[in-house]
Amino acid sequence: MLPEATHDQHHPALAHQFDSLAAQSEATTLGMWVFLATEVLFFGGLFACYAVYRMWYPEAFAAASRSIDITLGATNTVVLITSSLTMALAVHAAQTGKRTLLMTFLVITMLLGVVFLGIKSVEYYQKFTEHHIPGPNFSFEDGKFNRHAQLFFSLYFAMTWLHAAHMIIGLGIMLTMLWWSWRGIITPEYYSPIEISGLYWHFVDIVWIFLFPLLYLIGRHAH
Amino acid sequence: MATLLLPPRHYLNDGYGIKSWLLTRDHKRIGLLYLAAITLFFFVGGAMAVLIRLELATPVGDLVSDETYNKLFTMHGVMMVFFFLIPSIPATLGNFLIPIMIGAKDLAFPKLNLASWYIYICGGLFTLYALVAGGVDTGWTFYTPFSTVSSTTNVIPTALGIFVTGFSSILTGFNFIVTIHRMRAPGLTWFRMPLFLWSMYATSLIMVLGTPVLAVTILLVALERLFHFGFFDPAVGGDPVLFQHLFWFYSHPAVYIMILPAMGCISELVAAFCRKQIFGYSFVAFASVGIAVLGFLVWGHHMFVAGESVFASMIFSALSFLVAIPSAVKVFNWTATMYKGSISWQTPMLYAVGFIGLFTIGGLTGLFLASVGLDIHVTDTYFIIAHFHYIMVGGALMGYLGGLHYWWPKISGRMYPEFLAKLSAGIIFLGFNLTFFPQFILGYLGMPRRYHAYPPEFQVLNVLSSAGASILGVGYLIPMLYLMWSLRYGRIAGSNPWGAVGLEWTTTSPPPTENFAVTPIVTWDAYEYGTQVKDHVA
Repeated sequence: MLPEATHDQHHPALAHQFDSLAAQSEATTLGMWVFLATEVLFFGGLFACYAVYRMWYPEAFAAASRSIDITLGATNTVVLITSSLTMALAVHAAQTGKRTLLMTFLVITMLLGVVFLGIKSVEYYQKFTEHHIPGPNFSFEDGKFNRHAQLFFSLYFAMTWLHAAHMIIGLGIMLTMLWWSWRGIITPEYYSPIEISGLYWHFVDIVWIFLFPLLYLIGRHAH
Repeated sequence: MATLLLPPRHYLNDGYGIKSWLLTRDHKRIGLLYLAAITLFFFVGGAMAVLIRLELATPVGDLVSDETYNKLFTMHGVMMVFFFLIPSIPATLGNFLIPIMIGAKDLAFPKLNLASWYIYICGGLFTLYALVAGGVDTGWTFYTPFSTVSSTTNVIPTALGIFVTGFSSILTGFNFIVTIHRMRAPGLTWFRMPLFLWSMYATSLIMVLGTPVLAVTILLVALERLFHFGFFDPAVGGDPVLFQHLFWFYSHPAVYIMILPAMGCISELVAAFCRKQIFGYSFVAFASVGIAVLGFLVWGHHMFVAGESVFASMIFSALSFLVAIPSAVKVFNWTATMYKGSISWQTPMLYAVGFIGLFTIGGLTGLFLASVGLDIHVTDTYFIIAHFHYIMVGGALMGYLGGLHYWWPKISGRMYPEFLAKLSAGIIFLGFNLTFFPQFILGYLGMPRRYHAYPPEFQVLNVLSSAGASILGVGYLIPMLYLMWSLRYGRIAGSNPWGAVGLEWTTTSPPPTENFAVTPIVTWDAYEYGTQVKDHVA
């Protein structure tokens, strides 16, 4: 038996079904990628709906798109991309065993996530006051788009809400990672929890990178 | 013959009491938890079928009202599809066998495996609540706008139940994919794997890539029904047909979630009871993956009359025909394996040949339905009902029962009573054909599905079908009783009662909690009957 393997078997994080920590982290990383493939299809259903209705009602979608606040949306995009950077830095800190740095980056990532959700709530509140929530109380300024704009906002809320729900779950994961880092569970030998949490966080960011142009940008300047 | 004894230490006596089961992370115990749960749902769904067939024994609607009848076939479909057929083989036999067949100690994520069972139970409770609270009448397909606007029944609890259960399916598939990729014993290359594993892998791909689309679709239906969002609502420009596209994008591949695992079982059974290597191993292996991939491209054949364009219908029709190729490859290869094999007609083999015959009928009638012109003639008739029951009951359920009998000695350590088992296999085969063959004729003559009354000239065939259903019901009860009996009184099986090859037969029956005392090293191909026995005994 290899000396490394003997050493591994005493590692508290090694689950009984794996022979080594390396095999275990390879499996968890593959698991996260498979999970993300599931997530792509989960959001994919919504993107398919969006594509169909946008093709059918381009003018209504453009008009509805103009009514949402591009400054807030763009700010949120910057906030999220920055959080992806700090997340990547957190993974690097975990690899190199810099615990204080790791915890700092995790906290910054979480703060940026909270800022994103805060800005999103402001946007939701604006939509509420403008009667842009789909349903019986919906009304759109330009009466001729009243029906089809409702489709846009149904998709807008479903997509951004589902994305926000993923952010909230992500914050929960980050909190757990912070707790594990603080307790010293995360080490350069065993940092795959941070790595796969990072994969998840980046995925949620990428979803937003698609949502932002689809909801805020495309057709905005068409008339 | 020396008296066989159970091994002193195995997964069933490794801890007693309710906690040792409900908190277990052992894939074998979780498989049994699933077995108990899906059996419950099978009999609940079966009870609905009994009432449906009783109602249809006479042409007038005399046993139940039309609303009740709608609820009966809806719940029958929901229970059987989402709570029995989809988890059936993967969650029970798959859970039990995959780690053993690859020489691993457990699945890659044992805690998630247990979580998937609790998620399944949770979804099941929502659906049972919907049933008790008055049922749901949309059909298992939840077509909009009926499900979002018109129906006044318990759509939301049922939809929630299916949504939640979907995640147990995703977790199972996810666990299997990672396990098969990462945890194979040294020497067990992809092309040395038993074909059961190939079909489980293909099934898992569908579970992981299809189920989330159904989940999000159900979510949209719920948003539309609860908050009057518009996704499929024509009042705001939405399209109900889009719902059908999304629904069938999952629900057609879901048919392959049901049939692929059964095909995997049949490959094992045919090899073991013909004592031969599977003819054209790699073709059968790739056929599984081929079915999984093609299965994602054919959903439009459910919508030939739903306003889909003629061009789209023709494409979907052609693609549907393509699925016949890998399916036929499997049927031909099983038959070629049997040719000049040394066949022993034990119960699992009876189920295997039953499967091959019934699946062939189900598959060929599928080609009828893939042809646009003929499909329009029989759309929404009993022809469809007969077709998919030949696939799902004649195919998937026969494969499941065959597999359950074959691996029962491994699971329980004891043999089932062979005579009773053969008898009930015969009863099931007879009862099944008597139930569903008349429905092909009924459908071709034009009897529509989903009605509780019908013109009197259809009565003879309906009575035949109802009579068949009661025989079939008896056929399902007998195995449940004798399998439970055998847990205590069955003859001790020994580690390899069939003289079969495969890693699962090299460990004790029942296996120890860690499956193998020493991780096996695989130096042989799957199904080396003849050669392997010589090499390894000598």
